[in-house]
Amino acid sequence: MINPEQYPILIVIVPFLSAFFLSITGCFKRSLCRPIALLALFGAAAAAVGSLHRVITTGIIHYRLGGWPPPFGIEYVIDHLNGLVLVVITLVALLAAIFSGKSVERELPGKEPLFYALFLLLVVGLLGMTITGDAFNLYVLLEISSLTAYALIAIGQDRAIHASFNYLIIGTIGASFYLLGVGHLYIMTGSLNMADLASILPQLYGSKAILTAFLLILIGVWTKMAFFPLHTWLPNSYTYAPTATSCLVAPLMTKVAVYIMIRMMFSVFTPAYVFHHLAMAPVVIWMAIAAIVGGSLLALSQRDFKKMLTYLIVAEVGYMVGGIWLANRLGITGAILHIVNDAFMTLCLFLAAGTIIHRTGGHHFDNLKGLFHQMPLTMTAFTIGALSMIGVPPTAGFFSKWYLILGSIQAGRYEFVAALLFSSLVNAVLFFRLLEISYFEKPPHQENTAHGPVSMVAEAPLTMLVPLLVSAITLIVLGIYSGELVTKIIQFAVPAGI
Amino acid sequence: MLEFILAKYNYWIYILIMMIGLYAMLAKNNLIKKIIGMGIFQTAIIIFYVSAGAKRGGTIPIIEHAHGAEGNAVDVLHYINPLPHVLMLTAIVVSVGTLGVALALALRIYGRYNSLEEDEILDRIDQDETATETTGALPTTMIQS
Repeated sequence: MINPEQYPILIVIVPFLSAFFLSITGCFKRSLCRPIALLALFGAAAAAVGSLHRVITTGIIHYRLGGWPPPFGIEYVIDHLNGLVLVVITLVALLAAIFSGKSVERELPGKEPLFYALFLLLVVGLLGMTITGDAFNLYVLLEISSLTAYALIAIGQDRAIHASFNYLIIGTIGASFYLLGVGHLYIMTGSLNMADLASILPQLYGSKAILTAFLLILIGVWTKMAFFPLHTWLPNSYTYAPTATSCLVAPLMTKVAVYIMIRMMFSVFTPAYVFHHLAMAPVVIWMAIAAIVGGSLLALSQRDFKKMLTYLIVAEVGYMVGGIWLANRLGITGAILHIVNDAFMTLCLFLAAGTIIHRTGGHHFDNLKGLFHQMPLTMTAFTIGALSMIGVPPTAGFFSKWYLILGSIQAGRYEFVAALLFSSLVNAVLFFRLLEISYFEKPPHQENTAHGPVSMVAEAPLTMLVPLLVSAITLIVLGIYSGELVTKIIQFAVPAGI
Repeated sequence: MLEFILAKYNYWIYILIMMIGLYAMLAKNNLIKKIIGMGIFQTAIIIFYVSAGAKRGGTIPIIEHAHGAEGNAVDVLHYINPLPHVLMLTAIVVSVGTLGVALALALRIYGRYNSLEEDEILDRIDQDETATETTGALPTTMIQS
């Protein structure tokens, strides 16, 4: 059996090596690609769960790559926060990979080796960003995940190429800002290791260069997470990407960027510096409110359900950023819980959307007509995802929103409470409109059959249905056990002294 | 004021180059010019790191090449800092990768829309949109090979 000591490296190296192995085997036997990818993701997920278990029982794990001691070598650090995020990433990626089979077959025939190699590399990038304890290593992995994401998006429909190009330009600016920020930190401290930086920085908190570094890193990460005024690249790239890509990218990319923001704010800098020294929290909370309200309103104006969901991601990012900048225990707990919940509810909704696109051939509201009768299980899962997004009690979405609301009341930010409630209301309108169309309206009289495979709208194939239902059930399970999740894991992830 | 600028002239140069790149990335209409802007932008950051590691009168960080004492002097002051330079090797690799992906995308955009001017591409995207709306045809996802 593998030594549990080695789990941290296995999380990253298993999908990484599999990506290369897969692209070679793919040349000879294309049908092997998906099984290899699934196996690799399963291995990574097992290692991630094992690591999280070790963190809970024995405490924070430090893993030295090549045995070099920390300030000089790169180290992997797993604590309660990123242990949880790693588990979420691997599980979401595994479900998305199971789901992807049929849709890749249909949308990208013959490109399986390339698709799955990029898929695994994207997951490696996300996992590496999450696990690393080194600020520059994080930049490299950020670019690995971004470059693979550009490529995965661009293989979609025609408009995806241009959307992906825009994403590339904006994404490169974001990553470069991050790199520039790290450069400032390095010049001031001479170190790149996060723990080492955290020990050196407090003496330099008065310095303008450190302030610049913090702001550059923050803006870079905000660009990557599509925080409201910087969100323009997101909706088009996620809408026109191939179904299988958007099911992976939509739930994970923004969430990992939020994680990086938390890591930078609390592990490299300190809460005292971020919240008391800088006094920019009110501004950021107003920006988060703009993200929530803006994202919700833009979602309301769409007639395309996939695009509508992408605008909801923009609004959800506002939830998490706002929650963290509330600067109290409840708000940060809510934000971290929301990373987990939002990953699964975005996954559930995108999987449902993907199934509908697979069966009806389009992502316009009209494609939904009458679907409740034709695809009852898919639409039930979609409804659970929708209820979670709105924040209806037994589902997961309610609990994180509850923590966020309690946190903002405690912080006296009633405007943030108002934004959260407004967004819930808009979500209710959005999703009930969709459910109404799919439940009450008659399906179209097959007038489009000449243009595409609309002939048979039946329940989705099993490989799509199973991950979809698993993600929907996960939402309810996460809801029921959210108390456990908070007391066993998340409360240790909130930085001390808040 | 002049002294303030001259004392840290390397930083002023990098800011100037970076702003030129940023301007090209955001404001240029031609996709290739945007990509060139991206190259300039990333190069500016490389200059920033490399100049931060450089040292007047310093030598390469290999002990045998030390100034003075016959090969064994370990005097930090005489060496330039190699770490930022090594980091930039990685950053160059990343920027070459990004450049490759960007050019590949530009190629595919040209193949699809027969233009590299952003406004013309957007016009053609709009035309495609209205065409699908009026004919009621489905998006091309499913039919695309």
